[in-house]
Amino acid sequence: MNVVVCVKQIPDPSVPGQLEADHTLDRSAKPILDESDSFGVEMALQLVDAAGGGEVTLISLAPNGEVSGLRTALAMGAAKAVLASDDAFAGTDALGTAKVLAKCIERVGDADLVLAATESSDGYTGTVPVQVAELLGWPALTFAKKVDIADGVVTIQRQTEAGYDVVQSSLPAVVSVTAGVVEPRYPSFKGIMAAKSKPVDNVTAADLGLDGQVGWAGARQSIVKVEQAPARLAGEKFEDDGTAAEKIVAFLEDLKVI
Amino acid sequence: MTLSKIWVYVEANGDKVTTASLEVLTKARDLASTVEALYAGNATEAVAAQVGEYGATTLHAIDPQSALPGQVAAAAIAELAGSQNPDAILFVQSYDGRDALGRLSAKLDRPVLTNGFTLSVDNGALTFGTAIFGGTTLVDCMLSSDAPHLIAIRPKSFAAESASGAPATVNNIGAIDAGRAAEAKVLEVFEEEQTGPKLEEAQVVVSGGRGIGAQENYKPLVEELARTLKGAFGASRAIVDAGWVPYALQVGQTGKTVKPKLYIALGISGATQHLVGMKNSDNILAINKDGEAPIFGIADLGIVGDVHKVVPTLKELIAARD
Ligand SMILES: Cc1cc2nc3c(=O)[nH]c(=O)nc-3n(C[C@H](O)[C@H](O)[C@H](O)COP(=O)(O)OP(=O)(O)OC[C@H]3O[C@@H](n4cnc5c(N)ncnc54)[C@H](O)[C@@H]3O)c2cc1C
Ligand SMILES: Nc1ncnc2c1ncn2[C@@H]1O[C@H](COP(=O)(O)O)[C@@H](O)[C@H]1O
Repeated sequence: MNVVVCVKQIPDPSVPGQLEADHTLDRSAKPILDESDSFGVEMALQLVDAAGGGEVTLISLAPNGEVSGLRTALAMGAAKAVLASDDAFAGTDALGTAKVLAKCIERVGDADLVLAATESSDGYTGTVPVQVAELLGWPALTFAKKVDIADGVVTIQRQTEAGYDVVQSSLPAVVSVTAGVVEPRYPSFKGIMAAKSKPVDNVTAADLGLDGQVGWAGARQSIVKVEQAPARLAGEKFEDDGTAAEKIVAFLEDLKVI
Repeated sequence: MTLSKIWVYVEANGDKVTTASLEVLTKARDLASTVEALYAGNATEAVAAQVGEYGATTLHAIDPQSALPGQVAAAAIAELAGSQNPDAILFVQSYDGRDALGRLSAKLDRPVLTNGFTLSVDNGALTFGTAIFGGTTLVDCMLSSDAPHLIAIRPKSFAAESASGAPATVNNIGAIDAGRAAEAKVLEVFEEEQTGPKLEEAQVVVSGGRGIGAQENYKPLVEELARTLKGAFGASRAIVDAGWVPYALQVGQTGKTVKPKLYIALGISGATQHLVGMKNSDNILAINKDGEAPIFGIADLGIVGDVHKVVPTLKELIAARD
């Protein structure tokens, strides 16, 4: 079974975010593999293992030919990657991203299953996986906290407010997975070394037949105002000296909570 | 000047329309002279009465059969939009809302704006507001695509207010061909039993994080304190991912948004993704043993201390009062 995993390479979330003058995200630092996507990579590796054959292919849309996040996922065990990177992609929005990813999936050609995260850590639009499915004309099984494949059928437990639903469809299909669905492995030293020579297929907008459809023009949206949110001021900070509980009781009484 | 027609994709739990859907309907009334609702499910009559009360004149009802509702609804909405030309279609930033929105945007080739907090009409155009970088930076956007504009709104962004309207007229949409999207079938539904007030509606919310130390501490520390205060109990994602409590209790960016009179954070560091879901609470009390924890940056009362010491004493003191 062949599985394609969408992996986003994002600025390190532990470094405070910054907007450029044109209101796009400052991406000057080396990106990392979005933690949200590490679950999809691990899930794909496990599913291919269980199927007893096939391979995991990564697809990513990223600026500046960035591969550092892809290398992490290749080191985990993915076989190869398609990287869409081109100045023409600058300013691409969620739907544009989905168009690029759908074309990459068609380019890979033989995918039985496409995995993505339910939302990315930086953009968290949360629509890309379903948009990809629609562009491919495939079913999408979203918010999966468990995934099983047998006899050309995928069955998931779909997270709901109150519990979960069991959802099933035939393949090929897109599945979006929640964090915590599996425990992502750490790349081994051998994996890291092997990743350096794994193939990365670099593609441009023209290669994908998307000239003029993505990037700023395709996004059809503009930012009209950016401002700091009014800060919520911190109140009193109290070091517990054994009387903290009394202090809290007074606070609760003040608020008429008790 | 307002828009002429807005559609709202509403969701229901059983036959009760979700509060988040009613919030968006309420806002839509300010923005357009006509508000209509879209719904995929089988409680049409009950939903028509509720959306009518909140100002929708028509309910376009879609039968999802056993497929994921949002995904098949998109096929019907796309067709309907072609003949009825709404200015905008609003969704709740929920699972089914995102399913419907994602499919629809690809079908209609329209961009989406998501995670909205504000909406207004300025000079006849819709302005959408969201927050980035953990809510510290506010961004207003406008779409230049053709109508309908597709927008998703986070729960609790607006207050739900009844318009005392009559039940909406039902427009039953017949069989729809959603293609392979309809192949994803819901086979079984599992609901975990939930007791006590609902997180989104409670006046007091007590949440626990990794700092409570272990799964068995959740009940005595978090759940019992919440019950004492007649509140609801919640959690950070760390302890949801760890499997200590179900996802339904998660507060934050990928969980619930709460806005109680009082939010109590026990052993929660205050990551931006957690803050997004609770920082608009009227009052915040945090107990954390690390004086540098970011949660103290927004707490009205911050206790630098050990939850295992402070919470049991607090429970005793409250019990002694009655
Ligand atoms: C895309 C994405 C979405 C996310 N969505 C969410 C979300 O919706 N909700 C969410 O909560 N998180 C979310 N997160 C995760 C978030 O970034 C944090 O990892 C998480 O909130 C941390 O949970 P925590 O505060 O319980 O744990 P930690 O960060 O580990 O903090 C534990 C705290 O407990 C304190 N502590 C330890 N022992 C004690 C003690 N005895 N007494 C008192 N204090 C003690 C420590 O000082 C520490 O501050 C998301 C992350 C990503 C990438
Ligand atoms: N640029 C990208 N490259 C690869 N995958 C992406 C990209 N953007 C989004 N995705 C996938 O789609 C998921 C949801 O993204 P989003 O809709 O932006 O929240 C992500 O977690 C990824 O799995």
